[in-house]
Amino acid sequence: MDTELMLKVYPFFLQAAWVTIQLSILTTIIGLICGSLGAAARLSRLAIFRTLGAVYVSVIRGTPALIQLFILYFGGPQIGIQLDAFEAGVIGLGVNIGAYMTETIRGAIISVDKGQTEAARTLGMSGLQTMRRIILPQAAPLMIRPLGVNINALIKGTALVAAISVIELTYTAQRYIGSTYKPFEMFLLSGVLYMIIIYITGRGVAWLDRKARIV
Amino acid sequence: MGLDFTVVPKFMDVILLGALWTIAITVASAVVSFFGGILFAVIALYAPALVRLPFRAFAWLFMGTPLLLQLFLIYFGLVQIGIDLPAFVAGVIGLGLHFSVYNSELIQAAILSVDKGQMEAARTVGLSRGQALRKVIIPQAVRDVIPPIGNNMIALLKDSALVSVIGVSELTLSAQLAIGRTYRPFEFYVVAAVFYYIINLGMEAVLRRIERRVQAAK
Repeated sequence: MDTELMLKVYPFFLQAAWVTIQLSILTTIIGLICGSLGAAARLSRLAIFRTLGAVYVSVIRGTPALIQLFILYFGGPQIGIQLDAFEAGVIGLGVNIGAYMTETIRGAIISVDKGQTEAARTLGMSGLQTMRRIILPQAAPLMIRPLGVNINALIKGTALVAAISVIELTYTAQRYIGSTYKPFEMFLLSGVLYMIIIYITGRGVAWLDRKARIV
Repeated sequence: MGLDFTVVPKFMDVILLGALWTIAITVASAVVSFFGGILFAVIALYAPALVRLPFRAFAWLFMGTPLLLQLFLIYFGLVQIGIDLPAFVAGVIGLGLHFSVYNSELIQAAILSVDKGQMEAARTVGLSRGQALRKVIIPQAVRDVIPPIGNNMIALLKDSALVSVIGVSELTLSAQLAIGRTYRPFEFYVVAAVFYYIINLGMEAVLRRIERRVQAAK
């Protein structure tokens, strides 16, 4: 193993890891927004919203994220959407993971006992009040762990934006593999950084999960 | 530049061929990952520590890093040690290994949840440990995890788009080929997405049938 080379190039990998972290955080935020809206749509009383929500989940989960990114980044300009690679990456991946998060959030909400809704409505709460005061506080702790799984997948998924030339960890690894012919070393460098990011995120999710359960 | 889907039919044969390759690489990788998953599960649970521990490290590394990165490692790494595999084979190895690790996690849990009495009974009637695993434990374990393995296979289909970056001329790369000629990315990527969606629906139908049959066999 060429440790000398690894020591020489690792600062570039650290920089790239920072880009991966930014991508992950922004994608998580967009994913959570899309997921919440998606879940609200899927649970709506109006059939039109339910259908829209179902189509969103089915289409996004039924096609590769890479193709979705390509449609947005390369095809976007044809329909008047001009985004740079980083923006396209964040929006594309966010909308993608949002479909998975839709199902996670919806799953947690519908797993709250039906009697809770019935009781709240009997006491005279409106549908919205019931959701906000009774259902969501019980559903939220249930979501944390599965959303953590979504976020774990999302962090690894950020590698896809290498294909639209965002200079993040995988792109950097690929570039250095090409120029140094040391695939194993470059894989190890970037791999360790991914694992650190994923490990820390996992600990954060576990901490939140514990916190939520105590209340 | 507006949208013009009339350019699509001229390239339909390229796209269809790409779709066939996507199906081929998905099926090949699915088979590799199914048996690889069983093999990895047995190694992770029963191999001597000298094999088990390095293997655990490998599995851990493969679960914690992106598939795209692993594909680069396999494709360029094999070339470096003098093995020049066709891109298709490298793609199958990459996808197959990646999903073997994920399947192995499922199968390990399933093996551990098979009733202890099954192993004891098998040993009592004279089967060796290996025979008991192969003929009694693993079939029961695998049967229990067919649905989640099916979900992994759906994920595999979508992730097969990634092998376009190492030059396998499947659906995504075929779309790119057509785009290179026409400069109409939106149209051809949407067409590719439609094909993926259709293949996805077909695959879900097949998986549901398998699940039903496994359920019936129980």
